[in-house]
Amino acid sequence: MKSDRLKPALLLGPLVLFLGFAYLVPFLGVMQWSVTLPEPGFGQYGKAVTDPLIQSVFFRTFRICLIVTICAVAAAYAIAYVWVRGTPAQRLVTELCILIPFWISVLTRAFGWVALLSNRGLINTWLQATGIISEPLTMVRNEFGVVLGMMHFLIPFAVFPIASAMRSLDERVFLAARGMGASRLRIFWSIFVPMTMPGILGAGLMVFVFALGFFITPAILGGGRSVMIAELIYLRLFQSPDWGLGAAISVILMLIVGALLILMLRLVRPNKMLG
Amino acid sequence: MRSGHEAAEITANGIGKAYGDFHALRDISLTIGSGEFLTLLGPSGSGKSTFLMILAGFETPTSGTLSKNGADITAVPAEKRAFGMVFQGYALFPHMTVEQNIAFPLQVQRRTDADIKRSVDRIIDRVGLRGHEKKRPAGLSGGQQQRVALARALVFEPSVLLLDEPFSALDKNLRSSMQEEVRRLHQETGTTFVFVTHDQSEALALSTRIGIFNQGQLQQIGTPKDVYERPANRFVAEFLGDVNFLSLSSVKPTSDGAEGLFEGHPMRICAPGQSVSEHFAIRPEHMVMFEQAPAEGNMLKAEIGEITYLGAETRFGLKTPGGIDLVLQMPTREVKSAFQPGRQVWAGWPTNQGFFL
Repeated sequence: MKSDRLKPALLLGPLVLFLGFAYLVPFLGVMQWSVTLPEPGFGQYGKAVTDPLIQSVFFRTFRICLIVTICAVAAAYAIAYVWVRGTPAQRLVTELCILIPFWISVLTRAFGWVALLSNRGLINTWLQATGIISEPLTMVRNEFGVVLGMMHFLIPFAVFPIASAMRSLDERVFLAARGMGASRLRIFWSIFVPMTMPGILGAGLMVFVFALGFFITPAILGGGRSVMIAELIYLRLFQSPDWGLGAAISVILMLIVGALLILMLRLVRPNKMLG
Repeated sequence: MRSGHEAAEITANGIGKAYGDFHALRDISLTIGSGEFLTLLGPSGSGKSTFLMILAGFETPTSGTLSKNGADITAVPAEKRAFGMVFQGYALFPHMTVEQNIAFPLQVQRRTDADIKRSVDRIIDRVGLRGHEKKRPAGLSGGQQQRVALARALVFEPSVLLLDEPFSALDKNLRSSMQEEVRRLHQETGTTFVFVTHDQSEALALSTRIGIFNQGQLQQIGTPKDVYERPANRFVAEFLGDVNFLSLSSVKPTSDGAEGLFEGHPMRICAPGQSVSEHFAIRPEHMVMFEQAPAEGNMLKAEIGEITYLGAETRFGLKTPGGIDLVLQMPTREVKSAFQPGRQVWAGWPTNQGFFL
């Protein structure tokens, strides 16, 4: 009886301790800065919500995250479909394409996109050499580059919950619909998509929450022109330096992420998502 | 109330299905009469479900043809056949309400909204789902889900309804009430029902005819009484119920059957049309137990072994002087107090009972 209780404690203990020291304690420190620097009070919060520059960064962050979420989930849905319902060869190729990006660092991938998309990058050089365009297309140092880079990073994370929702479906439901005379298109839109909706919503929220905190990808592919909230926090902490304001923005971001996570847990059971 | 179903006649001619070297079905030929309730019965892996999938159009046979009212439909895909189907596990659409589930096939057929509402309303009353229209399948009991599946398959008045082991998930009481329900729906709609099960009592209770499958082959097709009392072979005889086998000696054919001997007792068997052999079989409930030798009919002497009380019936294990084990089953109310283990009794039966194998 005693060891039954001791065992989980021993197994979980290190993780709880690690999370406590590595995340909770520093976060409490950040909260303390937000209400004490440069002077005690909630002045930095007032500034964070009224400053037009910070507001515009928040607004841009939400817009970019929304676009990234919609595009990444749509792409992930197509990939998950082939992964779950394709031929064995298609499944293998898809699986490799999902797993390989995990082995390459975010930084390498961001610079890879710069090499591909910049004015003297591969795509522009090729398009100009073939005479399709005369002037280079601007694809980095703007929102387009940021969205593309973020999508590339986030698609695999969206694939898992969607694929798990697709795997749990009963094939006989589709046979039943077919037997009633429903076309493939009809079955897809009226049966398949609604039945995988929990996976779509779960993937969407997860991608959105991840995207909110993106730092390296927007910093490199946005080139300082399309600053997102995480980069703004970095700038306030290390370049201004305005620690109190940076900390207040961090806490606000943390609250938004927390609210979204609670929404996600209510919408879909987590075990169903990670399957 | 008989409705707009136009029952169809289905004919299978030499249907076979092979997966590589494995033959799931071999040379199945049968006709399912218009308005019939045909049950496909067999153990799992016997090919009965594969045959149903071929009827539905979800599987294509590797040989043979299928026709509906004389027209070849072998190459017609499932979505064009417009047969109703009830699946094992019901296969309801979990994101739709009862009403939406039932309306789906009508929407696919692009019926008008007024027409859809009228048809859905009528079938909801017919299967007894009034009051549950707005619920989703997850909020219904197994029996109610079953009713939704039946309603969804019947609402567009198909010419054929296919049912794939629909009751396998239900407990015994619910099962028999759903069997009644299906029988009533068959009578009311008058459409052709093809029902797959591995439960022989269900098959006997419901069907106008039963087709018995084993190892991909159709063993026998006939009325419940035919297949139970005149089984074509040993597999059919044993699959449908318990059976005693008696080896006869000095068998002589007579004008309406045969005569022979079993452990010295003369046996006269009246079995017109059956091919005579020394292998005679009799079902446990067709034998009657006597304390004294009965005046007429066939009889043999035996000693009572184990007695099993089954409620309405009681089952006796018997051993003949020659050492053959037999089983006799009789209504419990007819069991006499003298029928105790170790007691010598007579087992008798009329000359028209039993069959040759």
